Amino acid sequence: MNIFVCVKQVPDTETKIVPTGDGTFIETASIKWIMNPYCEFAVEQALLVQAANAGSTVTVVRVGSSKDTEALRTAMAMGADDAFLVEAGDNLDSYMIAKALKGAIEKSGKTPDLILTGKQAIDDDCLQVPQILATMLNLPSVSVVVGYEGSATDITVKREVEGGALEVYGVKLPALIACNKGINTPRYASLPGIMKAKKKPLTTLALADVGVSDADKRVKYSGFTLPPEKPAGKKFDATDAAKMGAVVKEVVGLLRTEAKVL
Amino acid sequence: MDFGLTPDQLEIRELAMKFARNEMMPKAQEFDEKASMPLDILKKAWELGLVNTCIPTEYGGNGFTAIDSMIITESLAYGCMGMNTAIMANDLALLPIVIGGSDEQKKQFLTPFTESYKIAAFCLTEPANGSDAAGIKTTIKEDGDDVVINGNKMWISNAGYADLFVLYGTSDASLKHKGITCVVIEKGTPGIEVGKKEDKMGHRCSDTRAVTFNNVRVPKKNVLGGMNQGWKIAMKTLDHSRPMVASSAVGGAQCAFDHAVKYAKERVQFNVPISQHQAIQFMIADMAMKIEASRLLVHKAAWLLDNGMPNTQLASYSKAFAADSCMQIATDAVQIYGGYGYSKEYPVEKIMRDAKLIQLYEGTSQIQRLVIAKEIFSRS
Repeated sequence: MNIFVCVKQVPDTETKIVPTGDGTFIETASIKWIMNPYCEFAVEQALLVQAANAGSTVTVVRVGSSKDTEALRTAMAMGADDAFLVEAGDNLDSYMIAKALKGAIEKSGKTPDLILTGKQAIDDDCLQVPQILATMLNLPSVSVVVGYEGSATDITVKREVEGGALEVYGVKLPALIACNKGINTPRYASLPGIMKAKKKPLTTLALADVGVSDADKRVKYSGFTLPPEKPAGKKFDATDAAKMGAVVKEVVGLLRTEAKVL
Repeated sequence: MDFGLTPDQLEIRELAMKFARNEMMPKAQEFDEKASMPLDILKKAWELGLVNTCIPTEYGGNGFTAIDSMIITESLAYGCMGMNTAIMANDLALLPIVIGGSDEQKKQFLTPFTESYKIAAFCLTEPANGSDAAGIKTTIKEDGDDVVINGNKMWISNAGYADLFVLYGTSDASLKHKGITCVVIEKGTPGIEVGKKEDKMGHRCSDTRAVTFNNVRVPKKNVLGGMNQGWKIAMKTLDHSRPMVASSAVGGAQCAFDHAVKYAKERVQFNVPISQHQAIQFMIADMAMKIEASRLLVHKAAWLLDNGMPNTQLASYSKAFAADSCMQIATDAVQIYGGYGYSKEYPVEKIMRDAKLIQLYEGTSQIQRLVIAKEIFSRS
């Protein structure tokens, strides 16, 4: 099987996010990048499928800055065979990313039997790339997948829906499956794995190589601001028994009119 | 001159820190409380290549430099100093084989440690001989093709689980350090008697016991570097193991520091977070300086080793300075937490108990100062 995994690199969850001076993006210079946690599930799933289907290969694909290749290196250290990086800024929109991923998969020369992705990236939370990519490749896709089993041609996946219920899909491969937490437990990249990863092929492509240009831009980022600071809470003094009734009335009133939770 | 870590080292640290945060920290308190070896965690660390960092590639190891092993040790100690002791004790026991063993001995004793998770114990200290290591009384006597070992060892880390004991003894106590011999003893050799587990202040999950050797007979080919050659091996071992212990102090100190900084920003007194009070700021600044200085000493001691230069003096600098700093930093972290810091509900109480041991084992802080002074006066 030709298994592809699309991964994204996101700021470490502990990063203090600062918008750029002109507000068109966030400061990226001092960010520590990690592989998007949902993509880790996708890499692990690819390796599990590979282990169950002898002779399969796992190729990782990423679109983004080449300054730090953390996500691709991690995926190869976990066990992926090779990687493609489409060099680009970190602020492409979902359509451009999907188109670039499609281009990179085609450039690999291999026809995908299975494409795995995370269900979303934890930085911009767009939840669009897997579906756009599947549409572009004319492949069936299932997202928010928490269970995967099957052969090299037919799989059964479980998908989480509102309220914790599960939908079960039978899917014929090739298909795109977007993974959610719970599908597996990603392995660590071992130290010998890290050393081996250095010798695995990493091909770098430019946006032009995969047929993506500024004309593909669908979204213009214009205003990044930090969320407003949470206002201080209100305190009510209800120690005086005589005034208790009035205080309760006031609190209930504010919960209704101000907090709008009642 | 380059103070930066290489890309490889950054990745090594990344993995080790991830392991420390995800696997060790959540379980540190539990294993401290029940004082039992976290074998599953140790095995998982081994599977990832974080254990036995001293084994060279020729014998199945990962070929780490001394600096690499310091980075791993610091990260693991960040997760739990006690668990790190169980991991580091393997290196301490295997280093004499790496340093003093023949090719055949290395194949025989080191390679199995790269094939499955095995545990080793370093046996030097005795009930009546700690700092005065050259005065040890355990005897190693030649008898035909064998050597016979008799004596008592004390405070032996990993003793209850050890597959291999690396023991120092004397062929003739009157020769002092010139009579010291180092020998490898495999588990199950008749005459080894492992005592009860010590109930310690800190590093409670690491398994520490007395071990008695009664007429323990092993072939002469288990002697490292020949009879009476043990002292040189021991000294070279310390050049590597002391910075390693120092790096564990840096890890523990960094963990206490990170907790203290976070808490100082959350805890409000006199209507402001206590991080805005100078009394707290001064403590935090002192802690940060000591951690950085300790880490630099560790890295320099390891760098000298990697470059084949004498590092005994730096090894002792790093060990004494990092251990004393770690104790001070852990104590101040408890101080910043106030009453909460004294409670087992919060993590700094355990770090303070763990920190104390670093000033004691692998040469007390006082012994390090004796080594340093001796090095200075012998060259002036």
